Amino acid sequence: MFNRLVAAPTPLPRLLALASPERSGDRLAGIAAESREQRVRAQQELADTPLARFLDEPLVPYESDEVTRLILDSHDPAAFAPVRGLSVGQFREWLLDFATDGARIEAVSAGLTPEMVAATSKIMANQDLILVASKRRVVTRFRNTLGGPRTLGVRLQPNHPTDDPKGIVAAILDGLLLGAGDAVIGINPATDSVRSLEVLSRLLDDLIQGHGIPTQGCVLGHVTTQIRAIEAGVPIDLVFQSIAGTEAANASFGVSLSVLREAHQAALSQNRGTVGRNVMYFETGQGSCLSANAHHDIDQQTLEARAYAVARAFDPFLVNTVVGFIGPEYLADGKQILRAGLEDHFCGKLLGLPMGCDVCYTNHAEADQDDMDTLLTLLAVAGVNYVMGVPGADDVMLSYQSTSFHDAWYVRQALGLRPAPEFDAWLARVGLLDDAGRLRSPSNRLPFTRHALLEDAR
Amino acid sequence: MNPSEPAMDLGAALRRRTHARVGLGRAGGSLPTSALLDFRLSHARARDALLRPLDTPALAVALSAAGSGSVVITVDSAAPDLATYLVRPDLGRTLAPSAIPTLEAARGRPPADLVLMVSEGLSTLAVENHAAEVLRHLVPGLLADGWRLAPTVLVRRGRVAVQDAVGAVLGVSHALILLGERPGLGTPDSLGAYLVHGPRPGNTDALRNCVSNIHAAGLRPPDAASRLRWLLNASRLRRVSGVALKDESDLLQIPPAATSPAS
Repeated sequence: MFNRLVAAPTPLPRLLALASPERSGDRLAGIAAESREQRVRAQQELADTPLARFLDEPLVPYESDEVTRLILDSHDPAAFAPVRGLSVGQFREWLLDFATDGARIEAVSAGLTPEMVAATSKIMANQDLILVASKRRVVTRFRNTLGGPRTLGVRLQPNHPTDDPKGIVAAILDGLLLGAGDAVIGINPATDSVRSLEVLSRLLDDLIQGHGIPTQGCVLGHVTTQIRAIEAGVPIDLVFQSIAGTEAANASFGVSLSVLREAHQAALSQNRGTVGRNVMYFETGQGSCLSANAHHDIDQQTLEARAYAVARAFDPFLVNTVVGFIGPEYLADGKQILRAGLEDHFCGKLLGLPMGCDVCYTNHAEADQDDMDTLLTLLAVAGVNYVMGVPGADDVMLSYQSTSFHDAWYVRQALGLRPAPEFDAWLARVGLLDDAGRLRSPSNRLPFTRHALLEDAR
Repeated sequence: MNPSEPAMDLGAALRRRTHARVGLGRAGGSLPTSALLDFRLSHARARDALLRPLDTPALAVALSAAGSGSVVITVDSAAPDLATYLVRPDLGRTLAPSAIPTLEAARGRPPADLVLMVSEGLSTLAVENHAAEVLRHLVPGLLADGWRLAPTVLVRRGRVAVQDAVGAVLGVSHALILLGERPGLGTPDSLGAYLVHGPRPGNTDALRNCVSNIHAAGLRPPDAASRLRWLLNASRLRRVSGVALKDESDLLQIPPAATSPAS
């Protein structure tokens, strides 16, 4: 008898790697498909793979990896029930079905594992990734409400190469004048010390509280530095950490689930949110496990989705994939960056995360600002919770290019999207918006343009 | 165009506070034309710095003159072309097979102490603009300090860790490589320098000392040379490099990047 089902199924890690759309990081790892045909054949086999198989065959051993344990121990069989009998290909069709709305996707979220959603993303077209993600809104709250319908937030990223408070305040004011800063005003400090964190956190607190801005601040030091700062009485809104999809990669970042639990409790203890208690901010990015040599021969996109399992354990306010930051050895060009951004956003949303994206690239990648415009626009169509706002798209501390305040306003304008409602109302109240909700020219009547750190510059 | 700028020039006040691209103005909510093209020019210059083909013979002549007339050997990394080099950093850390006999023939009897290396890395412009000048300020001091130098090695399409492969074949105790850093939007020609004690394949980056941001508006080449001379002498004395050496010196407090938007 000839029966194609007789052939032993390909081991899941290898099948997922072979089925992954082309990207340099999987080639660097030596696990990518050798030919285009081999890739699509793998996608066909993956489409026929039952979702339930991902529960039976962990990619990284349960015994040796706490991320695997987190994924399997927190799996909710009742939530999984509506899709338990489906293959990956059938699950794609279920997601695309007219009857499947955001509420239905939300209802199965706790039954989905990162590996299931990563597998599904690999067989999806870009338009599938956009359409399905657009169905699933994820709303989070701290001092404002992000993720609601027709809302697009912006992280204001006012970095300075020496953490100079005057330079940082100048960039913050520039962003506020352009309607940015509702997702968070988040500074990447050049120096990761408690002292530096204290100076910058107090600066943010003075600005936000002093002017009643309905937003939240964050200084993106290491999580252990932030815990120490909280213990020292420093006012901290959101607690940040970079995370990855394996225990070993997280260890290379100097974190573990227990450290993150401690950070989450410390952040909650501050009790600084006014409309909600989502207090964590996580960043991720394809390639981080491979660069830490902690990838277990698993493709970088599946590992990225596993990082989202770590994030969702802590009910975060913000998660973003920093999609083109790490360099062309992981995502070579604009096409690969675009695909990765759509996959990450899709996977995060399916797992119930408030996904944002740092749409970005470095100068040794084959990409330019037009590629970023394209990804920014597609992500906004897909309902991304927030994007970055960097002055002129040029981060003078981290030396990469992201999206600008102007870029964010462009996409809000083009698609009819608004800032977080509380922040939108504040922009109107202080006179930054006209009656039609458009940016108004800055006025020296605005109280925060009289900030002390700008006074001597007049 | 923004016809209703207020009397107070807030944009100018912001620009005095940071090199970030603040106070750019608006056309509607979008960038004014000049700001759009300024950015595009900066990116074009950074890309050109990376994509510019290296004139290897000319650089070899310049390096020889700068290195007090030393011999310059040119070898290739295992990366066959720029496109491969960019996506396969592992190949840039490895030597092409043809490089091995060339370097073996240059091994001293007994081996020298130090090999000075240059690679265009991610910015050909950085190497063209600053590598010879660093060597011109560095080599006389090293010779005065009693260092015995191997021939200077120019590695096409090298990464930092190729210093381990070269240093191991030459049998030297120290390797120093100058190479072009990833080009920044404001600084397309920044040079980096990395030194290691005991170069051998498998060394981690924690074993290297780095002096970065070498360019006209950053760490100037003569100052970079004096830092490198100090580090090499300290490394020879203590027989360590990297974190162990870094902990004992505040000379490694590198000034911040003096990046500024092109205007």
